[in-house]
Amino acid sequence: MIRAIAWREWRALFLSPLAFVILGVAQVILARLFLGHVNLFLMIQGRLTTLPNAPGLTSLVAAPLLGNTGVLLLLITPLATMRLIADERHNKTLTLLYSSPVSLTEIVLGKYLGILGFYAIIILMSLAMPLSLLVGGRLDWGTFACGVVGLVLLASSLAAIGLFMSTLTRYPAVAAMGTFGVVFFLWIVDYAGHGRGAGGAVVGYLSIVNHYEPFLRGLFDTSNVAYYAVLTATCLLFSVRRLETDRLATR
Amino acid sequence: MSNPEVLVETDAVSRFYGPNAAVSDMSFVIRRGEVLGFLGPNGAGKTTTMQMLSGNLAPSSGRVLIGGFDMRASPEKAKAHLGYLPEYPPLYREFTVDEYLDYAAALRRVPRKNRRASRERAKARCGLSTVGGRLTANLSKGFQQRVGLAQAIIHEPDVVILDEPTVGLDPNQIREIRALIRELGQDRAVILSTHILPEVQASCDRVQIIHKGKLVLNEGIDALMSRMESQVLVAAFRKAPEVAAIEALPLVRSVMVEDERRLRIFHEPGADPTDDIARLALERGWGLKEINPEHSSLESIFAELTGESAEAS
Repeated sequence: MIRAIAWREWRALFLSPLAFVILGVAQVILARLFLGHVNLFLMIQGRLTTLPNAPGLTSLVAAPLLGNTGVLLLLITPLATMRLIADERHNKTLTLLYSSPVSLTEIVLGKYLGILGFYAIIILMSLAMPLSLLVGGRLDWGTFACGVVGLVLLASSLAAIGLFMSTLTRYPAVAAMGTFGVVFFLWIVDYAGHGRGAGGAVVGYLSIVNHYEPFLRGLFDTSNVAYYAVLTATCLLFSVRRLETDRLATR
Repeated sequence: MSNPEVLVETDAVSRFYGPNAAVSDMSFVIRRGEVLGFLGPNGAGKTTTMQMLSGNLAPSSGRVLIGGFDMRASPEKAKAHLGYLPEYPPLYREFTVDEYLDYAAALRRVPRKNRRASRERAKARCGLSTVGGRLTANLSKGFQQRVGLAQAIIHEPDVVILDEPTVGLDPNQIREIRALIRELGQDRAVILSTHILPEVQASCDRVQIIHKGKLVLNEGIDALMSRMESQVLVAAFRKAPEVAAIEALPLVRSVMVEDERRLRIFHEPGADPTDDIARLALERGWGLKEINPEHSSLESIFAELTGESAEAS
């Protein structure tokens, strides 16, 4: 059941031009950034050979590119997730799901897995570029894999935020703006209070980017995994609760 | 056919929107093999009732049972017995008819190997065989309505709920849909909401009239028809007739003079004094211009049932 809903979601995305436009634009931007990183690496390559313990391809090209992909996902998420529920509510197709023998949890998980499938394509396409370096160089697989895990966790939590925002309204644009607000807030939340006492620590902990950077440095910390897991689970749970209230509408 | 299984049961169901009761204290049962017409003017609470029966809306109080399962306690089991065509067919505009119906079959847990057969059967029943590869968005309203109907019956549910199924269809399509509803009603329970009286006459065994959220009538279709049978003739003449002569006719109960040359003639139920009046008019040279039975309309039945004038409702 979850699979059928996920499959439909994924198909619907690719039946509209939006998915292709997002993928195309993302790829062009990431390619430009990738070339920039490679260029920088080639420029300082000569000096690096003289240093002991010099950073290599992974930390100078692959990790920054994964970082860029993360930022790009922050910007793509509102557009990619805005239609998930809002559009179905607007077109009154949610009725089909509500009158089928499908639980709300299955609806939410199906939708969530469908959009994750789309994120998987973005991530795979962005990974193709650092992997192309294997033609003439070598990657630090441990660090690289750690960065990819971080990117997947970041993407999962972003998708969950977008899904929840989409359950709140019947207008995709409103969902997109809401998602953009939440995601952007979590991104910049520690700009002001960074490192000032306990309050600063809490604010710093909330930041969605602070938990991503350690992964890129090759640091796999379960507390960072927990942050994304809790964020994702909370948003999915809220989404189910929100769909329940559809049946209880009082207006 | 002594007492077929009860497929739908509602028990004192009410639904409030804020302080307004859209539906209040509604109880009824539907058995297998019945087509129930849900009749009411716009805004009477028909759609709200359909939404509650289909699990799209939770009742404020009372229970809904579909196939013996409580919609609140075990919604999935209840919904497995259910096919629902809402007021607006829930179509995914970017999908073709075949893709859409396959998805609907998957949602209704039709086993994968049977999906193709189910889809083709539903398409054949709804007259969709030629449009399988077309996008639902590009279909005419009538075809979209039929796709909506096909999705409601694709999993062969025991209970089929149709909210205004013939809106937007041309007369030919309406006839086909009515035949389909009749066919469906033979071995399952069908609930049909409409504000069109002939619709109920054509397809239903039983009728429930709903007015301002309350059930005001629940009876067989024959009983409704006899209720609607005329007991009034309207006659117009070129010259003023002798009212007393008409009143003296054996089948006539009384005569009401609307103006000098126009009469309303009340007669015994089941009798028809038209011939006698015509003969009288011919003999005495009143110049009969028209004589018509005055059919009571749905509005007048509503008025009779609810004690309000037809104009006010």
